[in-house]
Amino acid sequence: MTLHPMIAALRKHKAGVVLIALQIALTLAIVCNAVFIIGQRVQRVNRPTGLDESNLMLVTQQWVGAPSGDQPGDVDKLDSLQQADLAALRNMPDVASVVPINSLPLLNSSWNGSAALKPGTDLRGGNARTTYYFGDEHMLKTLGVKLVAGRAFTAADVQHRGFRDQGEPPIAIVTQALADKLFPQGAVGKVMYLDGSGTPTTIIGVVQRLQVPGTGSWTNGFVWNATLEPVRLNANFSRYAIRTKPGRLQAVMKAVTPVLYGVNPMRVLDDDSVKSFADIRAEAYRADVGMAVLMGVVCLILIGVTAAGIVGLTSFWVGQRHRQIGVRRALGARKVDILHYFQTENLLIAGIGAVIGVLLAIGLNLWLMHHYEMDRLPVLYVIAGVAAVLVLGQAAVFAPARRASNVPPVVATRSV
Amino acid sequence: MFSYYLQLALRSLKRSPGLTVLMVLAIGFGVAASMTTYSVFRAVSGDPIPWKSSKLFVPQIDMWGPKGRSDNGEPPDAMDYADAMALQRAHRAKLQSAMYQVSPSVVPTGAGKHPINVSGHAVYSEFFPMVDAPFRYGSGWGDDADRQRAAVVVISSKLNEKLFGGANSVGRSVSIEGKDYRVVGVLDDWNPQPRFYDVVNTGGFSSGNEDVFLPFERAIDVGMPNDGNTNCSEIPAESGFVGLQHSSCVWLAYMVELDDAAAVSAYRQYLDGYARDQQQAGRFGWAPNNRLRSLPDWLDSEKVVPSDTKVSLLVALGLLIVCLVNTAGLLLAKFLRRSSEIGVRRALGAQRTAIYAQFLTEAGIIGLAGGVLGLLLTGVGVASVSWVLPKDIASLARLDAPLLVLTLLVATAATLLAGLYPTFRASRVQPAWQLKSN
Repeated sequence: MTLHPMIAALRKHKAGVVLIALQIALTLAIVCNAVFIIGQRVQRVNRPTGLDESNLMLVTQQWVGAPSGDQPGDVDKLDSLQQADLAALRNMPDVASVVPINSLPLLNSSWNGSAALKPGTDLRGGNARTTYYFGDEHMLKTLGVKLVAGRAFTAADVQHRGFRDQGEPPIAIVTQALADKLFPQGAVGKVMYLDGSGTPTTIIGVVQRLQVPGTGSWTNGFVWNATLEPVRLNANFSRYAIRTKPGRLQAVMKAVTPVLYGVNPMRVLDDDSVKSFADIRAEAYRADVGMAVLMGVVCLILIGVTAAGIVGLTSFWVGQRHRQIGVRRALGARKVDILHYFQTENLLIAGIGAVIGVLLAIGLNLWLMHHYEMDRLPVLYVIAGVAAVLVLGQAAVFAPARRASNVPPVVATRSV
Repeated sequence: MFSYYLQLALRSLKRSPGLTVLMVLAIGFGVAASMTTYSVFRAVSGDPIPWKSSKLFVPQIDMWGPKGRSDNGEPPDAMDYADAMALQRAHRAKLQSAMYQVSPSVVPTGAGKHPINVSGHAVYSEFFPMVDAPFRYGSGWGDDADRQRAAVVVISSKLNEKLFGGANSVGRSVSIEGKDYRVVGVLDDWNPQPRFYDVVNTGGFSSGNEDVFLPFERAIDVGMPNDGNTNCSEIPAESGFVGLQHSSCVWLAYMVELDDAAAVSAYRQYLDGYARDQQQAGRFGWAPNNRLRSLPDWLDSEKVVPSDTKVSLLVALGLLIVCLVNTAGLLLAKFLRRSSEIGVRRALGAQRTAIYAQFLTEAGIIGLAGGVLGLLLTGVGVASVSWVLPKDIASLARLDAPLLVLTLLVATAATLLAGLYPTFRASRVQPAWQLKSN
């Protein structure tokens, strides 16, 4: 089949061709970028935090009228409050282990600083940014973080200090990512300086993976850089990460509030105080999941509208050329020739649309990169998008083209 | 004449119901997607205090110098204690207040009730007139209470409901962090979004309520710690909350009211003069690098509108355009199919304008039908953003009368626009050709 008569026919209804090609182009441009956004969000949401997330929960509570931490003796008073809570929590039958901790991955509260190879480096300089997790010897076990080198904290390592007091610990555990950045030849036993301090901190262990708290774009530069310090922080509030025995999460979540009130009723514990890690995860990624869903809905509508548009317009053309089809059939064209004619015609239009669409997709991506935090659209997405609109076009055109091929040759002899 | 065109249009639409439904669906979905995302965008990009935002300014002082500046040379977006207090003492603006976020516990009266946690801000007395906070009972405190560090508090209507059953509680006392505070005012329902007076600590939007406002110096005195962000360029030399006050760490929000251009430029000069004084005193080793942004500029520079919201709106507008192109294509096909009918009408003396009127009426009906469908779908859309978007933003999106009108208007106007070219083509039909070919 030659393309020449087809192009000549298309030139008869330029406007319709231009509109449908434009529609395909815009659809391709938007769907490519939307699917790319979905892909990125799904990837973000699915990255493992490094925790063993099942059977893990967090309690956040605040003591009423607790010392501020500024007077002498305040920190010790706060620490004894915390110790009492810990003892009661560890005593619960369904609890496997508990750690007092300042935050958890994905939680919107963090303490960040920098790690340097040399002492006295500027706080905002250093060799790597890092987040800090402060906890006691039960930290690795409770979080379910995997130690890959060195040793975990022991009870003898653990210190305590006021939340706003300064001081760098003599020892710390770092994540593999931070260790690789600071000491590619192995970090255990090496010395680093935190937050521009002059006090050395010796790395005693390396954990495989632990994400920073917070999921905002500002964490992008150091998502896997964490430093674990053997320190109980003392403030007028505290957080306890609790690992329950398998399958006992709900039971502990229910039982924990009365237990803590039993230790000391002068505290704030409300609906938001007790959260499973699944809740924390859902809340942290709500915006990402929402964006992915929204983009998905837009893509579905777009594809539906465009497919319907192609069906509608082709049906119209088939109706318009009813007689010509009859003439062609009478002159010896087979059914399959008519089918192929409309399929090829659609391929031609969709192909033109796809070429323009690729340019628009890349243009839109560049614009989004320039104005919003967006990555470069991988070529694979564009190729998949082109294939998808061509397949979409063929699928949409099939029914009207079939109908066209069923026009009997006798139509040619009938007058209108 | 219009009713005749209406009849013609309805008859024509009935003749090809599939095509008609297709166009209405396309318009409906396109408009609904745009309007749903627009309702979210409108909610987050709105001016929280439109009657006054141009008079409110946020000063920034470069207390960290070159090493603490962001990549584009911006000074920190919050204030350290020393500089905020210097600005407060100088009192150069009409109204001004340093403020910081607090999260104290409140012990309800009555046995068996557990303490609750409230959030709020420690502010100066001028805060209330500056942000036009509406009062249900009482008022803010006076500047004498600021100076005396009085134990007074302004509470939200929500907290008033919880503690006092909604009664006029002015003069009664509330136990905050174990100390008694006298209620001087109860706010009316007031929940500005974005939380413009403290964007840095709330990230702009907050689903939480602001329950208490306490005198700033009182809060500092009793050591009520800040609950928001603290950013440091160096480790504080001393520990504790007092150590924070002596450090260059930034954790305070600051806002001033300046009523005219002269006041703005005078305040700018004052800030630069202050920074130069600090430079001469040896505290700053760099030239003044201050900012004084009006509230709208400040919200913009803090990127309060989430980029996801903007991208969604953009993508949804793209969808609407595709739907319109689709409708234009289908209308074109539909109209030109009736070339012979147009030819007859023209031959019988119909003007081109009559053809325009006839076909635009048809496009308008489709637009209106699409708008009604779009309205229903927008309702569904706005209702479902609550389980898709973050809570603090989703709760702001709502369907109201202006949005309803806008939805119908956009649907109709857009469809008329899409119908323009097909109608133009229809009006160009040569009567002679059409009559001959039959």
